[in-house]
Amino acid sequence: MVTINKIWKLLEQVYDPEIPVLTVVDMGVVRHINPFGYGVEVVITPTYSGCPAMKSIEFNIIAELEANGIHPVKVTTVLSPAWTTDWMSEEGRRKLKEYGIAPPIPGTNAKRIEALFAEAPQPECPHCESKETKLISQFGSTACKALYQCNSCKEPFDYFKCH
Amino acid sequence: MKQSLINYIFQLADNKLILGQRLSEWCGHAPELEIDIALTNIALDLIGQSRNLYSYAAELEGKGRTEDDMAYLRDCEAYRNVLLAEQPNEDFAYTIARQFFFDVYNHLFHKELVNSKDEQLAAIAEKSLKEINYHIRFSSEWVIRLGDGTEVSHAKMQTAVDDLWDYIGEMTTMNETDRLMLAEGVGVDLNKIRTAYFHKVKEILAEATLNIPEEEPFQKGGKDGLHSEHLGHLLTELQWMQRAYPGAQW
Ligand SMILES: [Zn+2]
Repeated sequence: MVTINKIWKLLEQVYDPEIPVLTVVDMGVVRHINPFGYGVEVVITPTYSGCPAMKSIEFNIIAELEANGIHPVKVTTVLSPAWTTDWMSEEGRRKLKEYGIAPPIPGTNAKRIEALFAEAPQPECPHCESKETKLISQFGSTACKALYQCNSCKEPFDYFKCH
Repeated sequence: MKQSLINYIFQLADNKLILGQRLSEWCGHAPELEIDIALTNIALDLIGQSRNLYSYAAELEGKGRTEDDMAYLRDCEAYRNVLLAEQPNEDFAYTIARQFFFDVYNHLFHKELVNSKDEQLAAIAEKSLKEINYHIRFSSEWVIRLGDGTEVSHAKMQTAVDDLWDYIGEMTTMNETDRLMLAEGVGVDLNKIRTAYFHKVKEILAEATLNIPEEEPFQKGGKDGLHSEHLGHLLTELQWMQRAYPGAQW
């Protein structure tokens, strides 16, 4: 008998292809697990509409669960409620920072960005922990990141933007 | 009702795919690396949003077509995007003006679409709106920066605004499909957002120290499948692979 707990544990082995230190559970991409018979339905939600990683996340979830004797595995995508960085786990935030990406600062959500030339959130530099950082571009190397630079150590870094 | 809903979804999806394709033409050519990344990120958002819509249209239609069939195998007259979306990039000022004129509409439109009686459309709108919030800020800020910038950037921005002005009325002009979907509680009341649209556009243009054209924007037809010659060229590039090698897959 497969328990929901065991499935969550197995999903903690499925990593995001674009940020390979984060699992799909850390990201908050897995919304529900609905076991049926010997199989399971895993309900996921995309981070961004155009996230190119979603298809491979789906394949990887199926492969991981089936390799552990769970069959059939069905992956369903839902859009609502829309994904938010609030769903990212504490563990996920810690791992992001270790990896060199500043984690999202809660409360700096999309509402605030409607104001033009508004002050950008100031994440701590993941390299030297300086608080003196500046936004270079709202759009970074992937849809979920903004590009920053540290005024202290001068290194550029990615900030996982609050969404 | 079902066919009208599918047509409505095409109107929304085609705007996003065609503008996304236009923006992606900048990939590797933008004036700065950061701009290159920004424009292609916006392209990716728009194309991603169009995929959600095409998948939904395909599901409603129930004839076994997929999102890919919708994008790669429909011809010009089947496309329902507004004429603004298919206008060529020309230069950076044009691209920014086109994006700004579209984003202001897109933002107001999605703020209403989240209340649609159609649950899937409302869900797609909710998701899209979070991304559009970033787009409108990017394009508005650039309109101001270029308009209120140097003599050259001001002149280029003014030319782009004057040239594209005629195309901006179509987005908030109701056609038959819009009226049917509004009556069903599915679609957005474009008359309602029209005033807010022109208010916002004029506010930003004024802040950018740009002249606001006086004439009433008159160009339309895209939403009913009547396109400029630009769309054919764009689709030739977009659809080439599937036309040359039907059914080709990764
Ligand atoms: Zn630093």
